[in-house]
Amino acid sequence: MLAESILDTIGNTPLVKLVRFSPKPGVNVYAKLEGQNPTGSVKDRIAIYMIRAAEASGELTPDKTVLEPTSGNTGISLAMVCRAKGYRLLCVLPDNVTQEREALLRAFGAEVVYAENATSTNAAVFKAQRMLEADPGTYFMPYQYGNANNPRAHYETTGPEILRDLPETDVFVAGLGTGGTLTGAGRYLKDNRPGVKVIAAVPHPGDLVQGLRAIEEGFIPPVLDESVLDGRIVVDSVSAFRMTKDLMEKEAIFAGISAGAVLTVALRTAARLERGNIVALLADGGWKYLSTGLWSRDYGESPEETRGKIWW
Amino acid sequence: MAIEVKVTGSMQKAIGGRKSVEAQGRTVGAVIDDVDKRHPGFKDLLMTDGQIHRFVNVYLNDEDVRFLRQLDTQLKDGDVLSVLPALAGG
Repeated sequence: MLAESILDTIGNTPLVKLVRFSPKPGVNVYAKLEGQNPTGSVKDRIAIYMIRAAEASGELTPDKTVLEPTSGNTGISLAMVCRAKGYRLLCVLPDNVTQEREALLRAFGAEVVYAENATSTNAAVFKAQRMLEADPGTYFMPYQYGNANNPRAHYETTGPEILRDLPETDVFVAGLGTGGTLTGAGRYLKDNRPGVKVIAAVPHPGDLVQGLRAIEEGFIPPVLDESVLDGRIVVDSVSAFRMTKDLMEKEAIFAGISAGAVLTVALRTAARLERGNIVALLADGGWKYLSTGLWSRDYGESPEETRGKIWW
Repeated sequence: MAIEVKVTGSMQKAIGGRKSVEAQGRTVGAVIDDVDKRHPGFKDLLMTDGQIHRFVNVYLNDEDVRFLRQLDTQLKDGDVLSVLPALAGG
């Protein structure tokens, strides 16, 4: 593979059969390894789509600072794109992300501000919106939660890659963060292979991430089209951690913690099928979670360091 | 028909500061009504215009009831309903 720029290496991730996770003959589970993208997550796909579209429309000019609320991955992807293209980037993070996320952002040259007392990404979204309103001439906000180029990236790349590699896909499982992956890839799959089921995996917020102070602080990303979904399954942290570790032990695949949640849902779906092919999209690699000690300890409960951390 | 209803965050105030409460009912809707009888205001927090508030997801064990039969989703003894806020990621 010869590329003119790191930005040309985004996408075309491998789809790997998980032989040891396929529960019975005729039911197969495949993992789409988005950790193989240049910054190690699926978000590279939307970062390049959102920035290119804003350049084309004239919304993003060299004098603007790119401003984005993120729990980490989208920020890191934007940081790569902005560094490659010469834009300044400011990311608004909730205050409980893993240390690797901030370290990576800074390595790529991004600036970081934290949303005060924010244990959820929702609060980072609201803070970034206030910053933009206060100073609209300074910033361009891609706003992954409401930018049509987020699901479009998946409609035009992720979805087609899946059907190219596995035309007989029957079920697609991915994590729900912005809804972009599920909406875009899910819609493409349904448009081109009627009968495909699309299932969302969501993290259980747990006891320490106390949820929201009020219902009004809830947030449904505008890009999420719930009509694409056939189901939504919540996965607790301990199950996600265990499955992430299992994936390493059984298939030698080093994936992030949300991958464990997605795989948990994929295997549950697999157990209910007589025949079929399930594609689980694993959003990132494990690198950004090494500080959790996940792979090097034996535990029954979630380790202290991972409680209350955002890993989605 | 004992159903455990688990809640997080601000919802805990509505059930006396606890994380869960036991309730009776054959459907999701009936269980919500039963909790509301003992903890008035619970239903108003959870529902709007007769439907589950869009910022709230109610899971039967681990499946969102919106993709089952919503308030009419049938329950069996020992089922757990979890009320969770809609949270963004990314």
